Amino acid sequence: MADFSLWVIVSNLLLAARWTIALSLIAFVCGGVVGLLLLFARISGVRLLERFVFLYVEFFQGTPLLMQMFMLFFGVALFGVEISPWMAASLALTLWTSAFLTEIWRGCVKSVPLGQWDAADSLGFNFVDLMRYVILPQALRISVPPTVGFLVQVVKGTALASIIGFVELTRAGTMINNATFRPFLVYTIVGLIYFALCFPLSLLAKSLERRLNAAR
Amino acid sequence: MIYKLQFADLLPYWDVLVRGLAFTILLTLASTLSGVAVGTLGASARTFGPQWLSRLVGAYVELIRNTPFLVQLFFVYFGLPAAGLKLTETQAAFIAMTINLGAYSTEIIRAGIEATPKGVIEAGVSLAMTRLQVLRHVVLKPAFEKVWPALASQIIIVMLGSSVVSQISAEDLTYAANFIQSRNFRAFESYFVVALAYLMLAILARAILRALGSRLFPKA
Repeated sequence: MADFSLWVIVSNLLLAARWTIALSLIAFVCGGVVGLLLLFARISGVRLLERFVFLYVEFFQGTPLLMQMFMLFFGVALFGVEISPWMAASLALTLWTSAFLTEIWRGCVKSVPLGQWDAADSLGFNFVDLMRYVILPQALRISVPPTVGFLVQVVKGTALASIIGFVELTRAGTMINNATFRPFLVYTIVGLIYFALCFPLSLLAKSLERRLNAAR
Repeated sequence: MIYKLQFADLLPYWDVLVRGLAFTILLTLASTLSGVAVGTLGASARTFGPQWLSRLVGAYVELIRNTPFLVQLFFVYFGLPAAGLKLTETQAAFIAMTINLGAYSTEIIRAGIEATPKGVIEAGVSLAMTRLQVLRHVVLKPAFEKVWPALASQIIIVMLGSSVVSQISAEDLTYAANFIQSRNFRAFESYFVVALAYLMLAILARAILRALGSRLFPKA
């Protein structure tokens, strides 16, 4: 049993938290890009595409994120490609995030009144112009609060990467606990660091939502 | 090299899968009941309780909603015994899920309660109903009706989230997948089948909760 001072424990956990942040950012940015593409496919009017995205969302929202990570980690290896826990976690989190963001954003797009679509149609807008000048600017405004709110779920979701062996905050907590046998202290600090990351985002989402509601 | 999937290798382990499935269903059922009970108490305390209690419940809700379930589970399973409270894996999983769902459902039910107009409560009081009767019939019932869909999806999220209880070796569906792949080395097949089982559970739970909702709150 190693005798770590409180400072050593805290500083090591904070260092590991960088990886939690990095993983969250990758998942959010890549998931956002994929999610946007899926969103366009979902509202493109092409049946086959819409059906595909529907099933995609159903699958990623209806199965545990942990299963998705395991499947990616072991599934990619079946093709003879070596995949690191870091890659598997980033990929799984990206796919998972994209499914949720697509669904959130679809709700925002759908809340743009139908008359706007008809008006743009009657002015001879094509799909790209319709999206760019009419629908997205309006949908974007309402999409900000729920998107920031979902970012909290992404940060919390990265904790599962610890299970496939990626060393981020939760994994570091387990490792330090194994060395110090002070689980109460270690997991309290781990929890507080997550809280410090997520709570500001929650507050931001709530205040953005209030501001948006006040504006309407 | 092209790998051929071998699902047949899972067949000898069907009993492990069934046991895991039963565990996940029972754990979800039990923690849904207790979690929603905690949420009902929490939401009532948050809206009608004294200020200190309301603040305390608010802190609990924010603390749980802004930390990962996995860390909450580790805290309960590894942390609490260090503070003198010994728990089995199943007990720890149940407690962690109850605490988790309790926080989310507090917030969900509170939204329903706050949508109750003040006049309705006053009407109940003026009909000489006791405080408890007002809370039960006038406040909570319509509140549950309003938030039922949100509550249902949160229950399903908690069920899917329960897959991490395998990490403290509670023998749930994910534990079954881990066990099987450690025996037959068909990792992808095991996780794929178990993922589909979770998907079926989620779809089934959604249907059941929707049916229960229209049963409990018939449209007049």
